[in-house]
Amino acid sequence: MTAFAFYLFAILVIASAAMTILARNPVHSVLWLILAFFNAAGLMVIIGAEFLAMLLVVVYVGAVAVLFLFVVMMLNIDFAEMRAGFMKNAPLGVVVAIILLAELVLGIGAYRAGKLDLGTPLGDAAPMAGASNTEALGVLMYGKYLFLFEVAGIILLVAMIGAIVLTHRGQRSTRGHQNIAKQNARRPEDATINVKPEIGKGVEL
Amino acid sequence: MTEFFISQGMSAGFALVLASVIGILLIALPVMFAVAMVIYVDRKVLGAIMLRRGPNVVGPFGLLQSFADGLKVFLQETIIPSAANKGIFLLAPIITFTVALVAWAVIPFSETWVLADINVGLLYILAISSLSVYGITMAGWASNSKYPFFSAMRAAAQMISYEVSIGFILVCVVLFAGTFNLNDIVRAQEGFGLGVINAYVVHPLLFPMWVLFFISSLAETQRTPFDLTEAESELVAGYQTEYSSMAFALFWLGEYANILLMCSLNTLLFFGGWLPPIDWAPLYYVPGFIWFLLKTFVFFFMFSWIWATVPRYRYDQLMRLGWKVFLPMSLLFVVLISGWLMLTRYGGAA
Repeated sequence: MTAFAFYLFAILVIASAAMTILARNPVHSVLWLILAFFNAAGLMVIIGAEFLAMLLVVVYVGAVAVLFLFVVMMLNIDFAEMRAGFMKNAPLGVVVAIILLAELVLGIGAYRAGKLDLGTPLGDAAPMAGASNTEALGVLMYGKYLFLFEVAGIILLVAMIGAIVLTHRGQRSTRGHQNIAKQNARRPEDATINVKPEIGKGVEL
Repeated sequence: MTEFFISQGMSAGFALVLASVIGILLIALPVMFAVAMVIYVDRKVLGAIMLRRGPNVVGPFGLLQSFADGLKVFLQETIIPSAANKGIFLLAPIITFTVALVAWAVIPFSETWVLADINVGLLYILAISSLSVYGITMAGWASNSKYPFFSAMRAAAQMISYEVSIGFILVCVVLFAGTFNLNDIVRAQEGFGLGVINAYVVHPLLFPMWVLFFISSLAETQRTPFDLTEAESELVAGYQTEYSSMAFALFWLGEYANILLMCSLNTLLFFGGWLPPIDWAPLYYVPGFIWFLLKTFVFFFMFSWIWATVPRYRYDQLMRLGWKVFLPMSLLFVVLISGWLMLTRYGGAA
C-alpha cells in the first residue's frame, strides 16, 4: 500500500517536473509545477512529516505559486521573439545543463559507492516519543534553535520592509486615493439640497 | 469499518480501500444532497425577506427545485469558446468542485463520524482552501475573455488577503485548544464557558475573533457583501461568464459546498461542534451530528440573511478591510491570547 502510494506520487512528481520544462505555454508550465509541489507534499505525508507537507501546500501552492501564476498570466508572451533569442542564449544554457548533469552523475555515483552511514540519531536529533510532528518541531524551533528562528524572522521582515519601501510611491502621488474617514463622516445633508425652484427659474448651486 | 471488512475475511489492504471508498461516499453524497437543499433554503430565505414566495412549483413547497435545476443544466449543451484554452477551461470547474468536497474529509460530524481524524486537521483545511483559488484563476484565464479575467484577478487577490487573517484567527483557536485536530478542538470546548456552555465564543478574547472569522468566511466564499467577483453591473457573471451546462453547475455546487464548509468551521471552532450548546446531561442523548447540523444550519441562515440585507463593498474598501483592519487586529489578538494563556494556564513567565 505504502509502496504503491510512494511510486504513484514519485512518478507524478517526476512527470510533472518534466512537463514543467517541456510545456510550450508558460501558464501550463506553472500549473505542472504546482502539481509537482502537491505530489511532493504527498511524499512528505508518506514519510510521516505531515506538518511539513501541509505547510508546503499552504505556503508554496497556496501563496507563492498563485502569485507566480499571476505574473505569468499577465505576461504577453511572443513565441516568435522567444525563439529568436534561442541561439544567443544557447551557450549559457549548455553550461547550466552540463553543471546539472555533472551534479546528477556525482550524486548517483556517490549513492552507488555506498550509502552514508549516518548512525542512529542521539540527543536533540532523536525523535521524541509520543510527540506529534507539530509539537516536536515546535519544541526544537522555540527551544534549541530559538535564536536562529528569530534571526530568520527578522531577515524576512527586513526583506519585506525593503520591498514595500521600493514600491511605495507616497500617498500624494497615488491617484484616486480614498480617505475613508472623510467618506464615513459625509452625511446626506452635506451632499444634497432640497429646493423647490419657481417655474422658469434656475437653481443657484 | 476496516475491522468489519477484515472480519469478513478480506485482506487488510483491500478492506482499508473499500472502507475508505464507502466512507468517502457516505460523506460526499450527503454533502451534495445538503448543497441541493441549502440552495433551496437560500432562495426561500431570500424570497421571504424580499416578500416574495421563492421557489414553490416543483414538488411540495418547491422542495425539488434544486434537482429540477440540476436536471436542466445536465441536459444543456456544453459550449467551449473557440478562443478558450480547452484543457484548462474544462479542468477549472472540476478542480473547484473536487477541492470543495475534499476538505470535508477531516470534518467531524459527530465524535466518531469523521473520515480522517488526523493530527493536522485544521492545517489540512487551510491547505485545501488555499487551493480553491486555482479553479477560479484557471477559469478566468482559460476563458480568454475580459470579464472572467478581471473577476479571476479580483477573486485571487480577495482570497489571498482574507486567508492571511483567517490563518491568524485559527492560530488563536489552536492556542486555546492546544491541538490542530478538529475533534480535540471540539472536545476542548466542553464546559468552556463557566463550566456550563460548550463554546469558545463566550470567551471575551475569542468573541471578537469569531466576528472576524465570520466576516472573513463571507469574504473567502465570495458572498455578499464581498461578492465582487460576480458583480453583475461590472463583470457580467464573473469568472463563470463563458461557462454553460455541467461545467457551470460544478462551479455552483462547489461554491455552495465551500459555504457549507465555512459554516461548519464556524460551528466547530467557536460553537462547540457536535457538543450540545449547554453542558447538561439530558442534552447529550441527542446525537452529536444533529447538534452539528443544527448549528451549521443557523450559520447558513445568517449567510442568507446577510445576502438579502447588506449592499456590496467597493473593491478598495474590501482590500482595506482585509489588510488594514482584520490583519492588524488578528495579529494583536494572537499576542493578547498568548499572553493571557501564559498568565492563566501556564503559570506566568515560564
